[in-house]
Amino acid sequence: MSPLLLEVRDVIAGYRPDLPILHGVSLHVGTAEMVTVIGPNGAGKSTLVKAIAGLVPISAGSVAVEGTEVTNLLTHKLATASIAYVPQTANVFTSLTIDENLKLGASTLSKADAGRRIAKAYEDFPALTQYRGQKAKVLSGGQRQMLAVARALLTEPRLLMLDEPSAGLSPLMVSEVFSRLKTLIATGVSILMVEQNVKAALAISDRTYVLAEGRNRIDGDSAKLAGDTEVAAIYLGAGGRKR
Amino acid sequence: MSGYLAYLVFFLIVALTYSIVVMGLNLQWGYTGLFNAGVVGFFAIGAYGTAILTGPDRPELIGGFALPFPAGVVGGMILAALAALLVGLATLRLREEYLAISTFGIAISIQLIGLNFDALTGGAQGLTGIPRPLFSTFGTPGAYNLFYLCLVGTITAIVFAALQVALQSPWGRLLKAIREDETAAASLGKNPALVRLQAFVLGSTLMGLAGGLYVGFIGYVSPLDFLPLLTFQIWAMLIVGGSGNNRGAIVGAVGVWALWTMSGFAISRLLPVHYQSQGGAIQVIIIGLLIVLTLLFRPRGLIGEAQSVSRHAR
Amino acid sequence: MLQALADGILTGSIIALGAIGLTLTMGILRFANFAHAELITWGAYMALGALAITGTFAGPTPPFSFGLPLVFATLIAVVLTAALALLIDHLVFRPLRSHTSHMTVVFASFGVSLLVRMVILLIFGGSAAYYSNELQIAIRVMPGLRVMPDHVFTLGLTLAIVVALHLFLQKTRLGLSMRALAENPDLVRINGIDTRVVVRWTWVIGAALAAVSGVLYGLTVQLRPEIGFQLLLPLFAAAILGGVGNVFGAVIGGLIVGLAESLSVLFVPAGYKMAVPFFILLAVLYVRPNGIFGALRGGAK
Repeated sequence: MSPLLLEVRDVIAGYRPDLPILHGVSLHVGTAEMVTVIGPNGAGKSTLVKAIAGLVPISAGSVAVEGTEVTNLLTHKLATASIAYVPQTANVFTSLTIDENLKLGASTLSKADAGRRIAKAYEDFPALTQYRGQKAKVLSGGQRQMLAVARALLTEPRLLMLDEPSAGLSPLMVSEVFSRLKTLIATGVSILMVEQNVKAALAISDRTYVLAEGRNRIDGDSAKLAGDTEVAAIYLGAGGRKR
Repeated sequence: MSGYLAYLVFFLIVALTYSIVVMGLNLQWGYTGLFNAGVVGFFAIGAYGTAILTGPDRPELIGGFALPFPAGVVGGMILAALAALLVGLATLRLREEYLAISTFGIAISIQLIGLNFDALTGGAQGLTGIPRPLFSTFGTPGAYNLFYLCLVGTITAIVFAALQVALQSPWGRLLKAIREDETAAASLGKNPALVRLQAFVLGSTLMGLAGGLYVGFIGYVSPLDFLPLLTFQIWAMLIVGGSGNNRGAIVGAVGVWALWTMSGFAISRLLPVHYQSQGGAIQVIIIGLLIVLTLLFRPRGLIGEAQSVSRHAR
Repeated sequence: MLQALADGILTGSIIALGAIGLTLTMGILRFANFAHAELITWGAYMALGALAITGTFAGPTPPFSFGLPLVFATLIAVVLTAALALLIDHLVFRPLRSHTSHMTVVFASFGVSLLVRMVILLIFGGSAAYYSNELQIAIRVMPGLRVMPDHVFTLGLTLAIVVALHLFLQKTRLGLSMRALAENPDLVRINGIDTRVVVRWTWVIGAALAAVSGVLYGLTVQLRPEIGFQLLLPLFAAAILGGVGNVFGAVIGGLIVGLAESLSVLFVPAGYKMAVPFFILLAVLYVRPNGIFGALRGGAK
């Protein structure tokens, strides 16, 4: 069996070593798989993707990409380890133009590759083309999300991590973003996505992990979890009972 | 009284005066996280203010109101508070650095006024003949210095005790809360900028108080007593004693002033005359190293225990 | 009046060069480096030291008071100033940046400034020094206005550097990374860029500009260990006036501060000249805390 694309084992992590937010979380993502992480507020969903991306220190446990350990790797090196990450907020440089945002995302590539892939990004996201020379601060929330995803894909990653891509978007925009992600899966890219929109997350993904209070609670096929009463119970606040 | 003992009294008066400045700075930096880069300016305002208010009337001077010493000191403190208000109002809502830059600027401006505004400050010569409080009551300079040591010591103790009370009060807890989590404190309906302004002005007022006491002791003011170097020395005293800790502030003031005095003494004794200016540079380098190395390796301070460690001292 | 204007523009262009370096490091590295002004002093003195070696080979090139030796000396000063900046960052700022509030780094920069100044005093002594003993004849441009060729050179060089720096920031990958770093360091890392490298280059560029402005200052005024300390307030006033991180803003800010200093002499005694930048600064902070052109990063909390 070939190694999993992403394997997270018993990760304990937090901004301060004495105050962990994750108390031992495990998950894995296979090739061309879409995995979502859901959970109530404060479950540690965002911290999990940040820890994988090297932005929150991991004090125990491990993260491996295709069998190679990348735990606590410096963030910029992860970008070359075929993982791309789109943060929830501040995911574009508002003081730079759209073009510059993309150029920055492609700055680990050769000039020729960068030019080609940026041209392709504009093809894939034609809505961005008309704003090329403008500062990213003129973009709407949905357009910023598009730009952030377009930028993340420039390095042709095997795994794309997204933190709440639907947050603050109109329902129309959400379905637009999600259908984009679906087409990505078809090209062989895997996706690990944190979502606060439970229904949408379960509808779109192959598998789902439910976190509560920094721990794994339930996981399984999204289609099965959709009818699970325990998932609903966690969201209704029963998640704090079992300690 | 033997020469050494007399010198010790003199040394302690100056060191304790500085310890009041250090406590003022501690309120700003140690407890509130405000960086004052112009400590010497507020000290100088207190000193000049007191000198102008209590000094004898002279035709060529604007000042010389011959007020009683306590009134002069209070006047100096009020002036220092006003100066703090001027820069505080401009900067405390903004990036933290802006306070540092502005306080640095006000210290430079005060120094220029001291040097150039002859009619008010006596210019480079300074103001002389400032009456020393109750000087005639004591027969000898030695006895007077002993009295003044008691005076400065008492005021230091009062400032120390008052600060302890203030820091334990709801206001002190608010300071701590704002330092730890400004957003949370603001959501409780407290105005962080206002509380920071209060701490900044109060701290600067204490520096003004120390300036007044300094003038009362030496009996004159001169721009040479208020060089920017003093700001660095006061910082060294604070950080060596451990910021966020007033006991440490006093210990640091005495300790660093002792180190400064002794290193100066050693240099004047050991170095040949034409190397004296280099010796002075080495003396200052010690202060600079003290600041940088303590920040790097002993952020809680070298001496004194830190019961309440601030975010800034971590 | 005309002469005061010309002098103000000259002083302003020197302040501008120093302020560009300051505004870059302040915007990109996100702290007010009080030791920046000492890099200016250091650069000026390193050139003086280097001139002692290179100056023996050739004389000045008229109409300037200096020649190729000073150009080489400046290059050496640039290298040595960049080295000092990197050393300070490595020994002091970087260890502090990782685990304390950023005001501790500002505090430390004050301590470092004192150390650098004193080391210069120790090596070179406290008395005034000059790059050249050549007397330069001012050229009369029009009635009431005389300019030194050196001063024209200074102004021209400042303009050239500003244009070059602008092109660098706009057109190169490194320049782009630097501008991005000023906005969001984590996002730069997420983009696969090693921010440590960008930080180092920021220091090198800031220090190089400091060294050049130090040499120009020494060329047009005189060298003393206190020049940096005296420039500190004008530099900060210019940087904040122009908006932190804004290169063109720093230039305009520098010119305004220089002109204000120079014209102030017409209204207030010359002894107060040094306080002029402070009052400009205070006025800006009260009225437009983001500077006249807006900051790269918000000035308000």
